[in-house]
Amino acid sequence: MKSANTKINRRSFLKVSALAGGGMVLSFSWLAGCKPTAKEMLAMPKEWFELNSYIKIGDNGLITLFSPNPEFGSNVKTSMPMLIAEELDVDWKNVMVEQADFYPERYDRQFTGGSQGIRQGWVPMRTAGATARALLVAAAAQTWSVPSSEITTSNGEISHAESGKKAGYGEMASLAAKMEIPEDIALKEIKDFKIIGNSKKNVDGKNIVTGKPMYALDKKVEGMKYAAIVHPPAFGMKLKSFDKESVSGMSGIIDAFSINLFKDDYRRNFFDTTTFPEIIAIVGNSTWEVMQAKKNLKAEWEEAPKTEFMAAGFGGNATEVTIPAGLENTSSHKARMAEYINKPGNVLRRDGDPEGQFKNAHKVIERTYSAPFLAHNTMEPMNAFADVKGDKAEIYGPTQAPDLIRGTIEQALGIPKENIQINLARMGGGFGRRAYSHHLVEAALISQKIQAPVKMVYTREDDMSAGVYRPTYSATYRAALDENNNLLAFHVKAGGIPESPLHANRFPAGAIDNYLAEGWDIPSNITIGAFRAPRSNFIAGAEQSFLDELAEEMGKDPIEFRLELLKRAETDPVGENNDYVPARYAGVLEMVRDKSNWKSPQANVHRGVSAYFCHNSYVAEVVDTVVKDNQPVVENVYAAVDCGIVVNPDAAANMGEGAIVDGIGNAYFGEMAFENGAPTKTNFDKYRMIRHKEAPKKIEVHFVQNNEDPTGLGEPLFPPVFAALANSLYKATGKRYYEQPFAPQLEMQNLKM
Amino acid sequence: MATYNLKINGKSLQVDVDPNTPMLWVLRDHLDLVGTKFGCGIAQCGACTVHMDGNAVRSCQLPVSAVESSEITTIEGLSEEGDHPVQKAWIEHDVPQCGYCQAGQIMSAAALLKSNPSPSDADIENAMNGNICRCGTYTRIKAAVKTASQNL
Ligand code: FES
Ligand code: FES
Repeated sequence: MKSANTKINRRSFLKVSALAGGGMVLSFSWLAGCKPTAKEMLAMPKEWFELNSYIKIGDNGLITLFSPNPEFGSNVKTSMPMLIAEELDVDWKNVMVEQADFYPERYDRQFTGGSQGIRQGWVPMRTAGATARALLVAAAAQTWSVPSSEITTSNGEISHAESGKKAGYGEMASLAAKMEIPEDIALKEIKDFKIIGNSKKNVDGKNIVTGKPMYALDKKVEGMKYAAIVHPPAFGMKLKSFDKESVSGMSGIIDAFSINLFKDDYRRNFFDTTTFPEIIAIVGNSTWEVMQAKKNLKAEWEEAPKTEFMAAGFGGNATEVTIPAGLENTSSHKARMAEYINKPGNVLRRDGDPEGQFKNAHKVIERTYSAPFLAHNTMEPMNAFADVKGDKAEIYGPTQAPDLIRGTIEQALGIPKENIQINLARMGGGFGRRAYSHHLVEAALISQKIQAPVKMVYTREDDMSAGVYRPTYSATYRAALDENNNLLAFHVKAGGIPESPLHANRFPAGAIDNYLAEGWDIPSNITIGAFRAPRSNFIAGAEQSFLDELAEEMGKDPIEFRLELLKRAETDPVGENNDYVPARYAGVLEMVRDKSNWKSPQANVHRGVSAYFCHNSYVAEVVDTVVKDNQPVVENVYAAVDCGIVVNPDAAANMGEGAIVDGIGNAYFGEMAFENGAPTKTNFDKYRMIRHKEAPKKIEVHFVQNNEDPTGLGEPLFPPVFAALANSLYKATGKRYYEQPFAPQLEMQNLKM
Repeated sequence: MATYNLKINGKSLQVDVDPNTPMLWVLRDHLDLVGTKFGCGIAQCGACTVHMDGNAVRSCQLPVSAVESSEITTIEGLSEEGDHPVQKAWIEHDVPQCGYCQAGQIMSAAALLKSNPSPSDADIENAMNGNICRCGTYTRIKAAVKTASQNL
């Protein structure tokens, strides 16, 4: 039996008199099956007892579990409570889930991103459940005067076999809440799991399909005003002046003013990458009216000078940040990146003598891959509700990272942290974008200025042109072969604007004797940030496309070729710090080979394969393309995933399917370009998104069954799709695709896209 | 400003707004029916889809003055208990991820099934192509529409 020390989440036992979160839409697990029968319908309890900050038990046995992490669609609001419920040993039907507010005194890690929710919550969530169960058992033992060790629990019931005594959790909850918290607690064996590993429906499913208010954009309170923002039209520009008169007097308009997110003496943190610190706010009586005023507002903009400042880095160390001046263009970005095909980068890893081997090679293959900036385009545009009065602030907004914005709000408002309450709205998508939560600061500043509650909303145009993009990248791969087509050396040189996508210690590092990895970067004033599987989302596509071409050149089956390399990395690894487990990597390739029937595809099906490791998980994918009526159609995608124990299999598959669709969409269409610093696309008429017609006709997500602790899931299925698609398109059209997006090139080949 | 008498989800409701105000914002800001979502404002994403006399329309491009006596149905009024076959199928297939697009998807699907109770795959793709799902739930949506079609 695994044992966990309860100290690790002691803070969850901190008692507070009033539980936050009242009045919100309740998420009943049993409502997921549509209308409950009268018998299923448990009445609301008369009294709730709080066992720790994750668990409340009603006197009638109804359980409320608080889901700590913000929900942006990865379904943590269902899967994290499942971990608690498993160890608490309750019937999932009697569980109700509430979104916890941001409450760092009570919860450990209220952050959604990096595919870490389940991985990092795996022990703390279960410990919270097991500890509460132990308190209930102790309460029963005391009540019945029997030893705790003779007491068993099942589905929310406590029993003592010898005396035949039985009680529901509700009956013992009041006493349990007063019992001493045990120091060490036993966690269940994997084989005893009843909830983990069994698909549970989204606890908010019913709320979603009936249109219940759950998003910050849905918030409304008495006396609330509406606000729109106007930001500079281009990167490299800032506000010079604006004419308030141009909007005053318009229907429903109350005020217009500028706000500045950062005080002069504020030291920014790593996530304070807001694009435009000074913007104009327009306040009025309705969304439509402030949006109309936006169009009328007259403002003058000027070129921003180069700025330099110190910022707290990711790990807390201060780093110097330089934002160059100037209005940038995609054409010059491309030209500057292309220079690096021949220019040296910084050596990040060298094994053996790659330079010597390239000199003596019989044949050298060199290919360059590139991809543009991408906009996140969350379906719900940035927005936030704020109510700031005097020295108190309440903020309700879509944020993946409340902890990373609290300090920014504190300095912007000049209100101490303790007086700032951030409540977590369900997000209409995140994909990394909402790790940068300056929309919360903006709403708070607007509310502070007018001393009234306000809901600020970006138009789609604001959202798409305000930055925090996935950077643009380029990578050049070279392979040296001898006269027998044996691989002698491998070289990758990858960079981007403004960061390199390279993970120098990832596969195929460790599998090739002579290996060289170089990185480079070009500074820019275009604001970038995390986008689903940062860096991996480009480099996987480049690397796995190159390996495909290399395998072909060497006359090998692409899966076989990768397995050979992985065998080498497993049995006789080259170098140190290889950051993957070759056997698990090979495992997913073998699984996808099997599931897709790799060797014998259907007639007219063109298939491509790709595999990648990131966020602690291994994924291999096969894409099947057919050409129908002159149009490439993705018929099927097979994915094999090793992410350890899968908590909620059907929801996990859903997430994986979404990542695959997202990858195909971005590979085909995703692109943001710039002219004189201005984004060339500001809405979905120009920025093409994948739609129903282009989605794969079928997706199969298969999970490797093992007993490893869970690892990431939201991101790892995304990076490999790009190459699996490119490699299958090559089979379909005879052309390799080196430059994303692919659709314009396919159209040049007279294919319909 | 002008006064409009609207028929929404079977109820008569009155609003006093500018005639150009899109129904999307009338619903959301003035009538507190926030299930209908804002995604693009230019009829490109489908998040704002409602029914006007049974047909799917993009409410972001529908000025309140054009509604006149038409019957508007929003996600809140699609069924009383949230048990329209499309809603039930959405739960059965556990379609939503972030959920933000789903009210629009459901309204488009319900309108499709009303006019075409047994749609083919191509019919579904055509009818639903105006609804973007950024989370990529398209394959589940298609499966759910088929399930709903069997349970009409
Ligand atoms: S908001 Fe109406 S179609 Fe996008
Ligand atoms: S479920 Fe998130 S946009 Fe469709």
